Amino acid sequence: MQKSGNAGPAVNGNSGPVIINDTWCKGCDICVSFCPKNVLERPEGGKAQVAREEDCTRCGICEIMCPDLAIQVVPAGDRKKERSGTRGGSVDGK
Amino acid sequence: MARPITYYLRADKMPHIWCEGCGHGIVMGAVLRAIDSLDLDKNNVCVVSGIGCASRAPGYLDFDTLHTTHGRALAFATGIKMMKPNLDVIVLAGDGDLAAIGGNHLIHAARRNINVTTICFNNSIYGMTSGQYSPMTPTGKMATTAPYGNIEEPFDLCDLVFAAGASFVGRGTAYHAGPLSRLIAKAIATDGFAFVEAVSQCPTYFGRRNKMRNALVMLDWQKEHAVTKKAASRLSPEEMADKFIIGEIGTRIRPEYTKRYEAIIEAATKETDDNV
Repeated sequence: MQKSGNAGPAVNGNSGPVIINDTWCKGCDICVSFCPKNVLERPEGGKAQVAREEDCTRCGICEIMCPDLAIQVVPAGDRKKERSGTRGGSVDGK
Repeated sequence: MARPITYYLRADKMPHIWCEGCGHGIVMGAVLRAIDSLDLDKNNVCVVSGIGCASRAPGYLDFDTLHTTHGRALAFATGIKMMKPNLDVIVLAGDGDLAAIGGNHLIHAARRNINVTTICFNNSIYGMTSGQYSPMTPTGKMATTAPYGNIEEPFDLCDLVFAAGASFVGRGTAYHAGPLSRLIAKAIATDGFAFVEAVSQCPTYFGRRNKMRNALVMLDWQKEHAVTKKAASRLSPEEMADKFIIGEIGTRIRPEYTKRYEAIIEAATKETDDNV
């Protein structure tokens, strides 16, 4: 077992609800297209970026749909609120 | 999710080798979220793969992992499970690996009903070797070895594995990543052979040759063509012709192989002891 497995992704210049590891991101646009609140953007030929952080509901769709496992949605303080905000692709196995 | 997904990854091996928009990363994420939801001890999980794009997955996972020969993942997994029945053994393999060269291992693992969970990353093509058609390529679709369209009928892998004797069979898609993860969790929790076909997308070799220019178009195709059992019951056979069922396809309770083997060892040991 490797200890490196515990390392978190590199933070893309922000510590908001969505953290994108831009060394893992390959720029496929899936997160940009699936986000129901249009929080993410991708410049032509670039990597995904958080553009409208304040609109994020922490639904987690970008995280579960990211083929590069490059997105982490930071849980809100209140666990219950966080769960009710999870839509479609719930990630808690319930 | 209780733990961040990076807890289960070998971060130093990332980013992974899969192409931009490849569905395999989504499916691998679904597997990890399933493992997390069951709160399995990662030192007790063994992930086994064969050869192909999907079989690269265990290289990125921080479990005990085994990357074996083409089509033989289930043979190795059977050996591991027989030797260490307490391990949670999970096989991750592609459609070419499982349905073609490893087809025999697949049906016999199901027949024995050994407690191994198998996830088939079905992208309908041999991606690693540049897009030859596989036993899961739909009829009429293009591949490098089928430049005028595939004339073969693909397997219904779920029906095949269930008919062979598996305890749990289901199908999901990369588009339905949340439900897929819950389906995989059920498969792992099954006592017996459990099989999940995860419909994935290969934008590079399947998509481009079949007028689906990127991953988004392919995910949309999954959304349009996947129907639940309930929805399928309301559709005519014509309407169902180009669709496929997602969710649990079949479950049954059957004796599990390593438990039967244990019982034999016990009986044989007792007989030997009695004769002494």
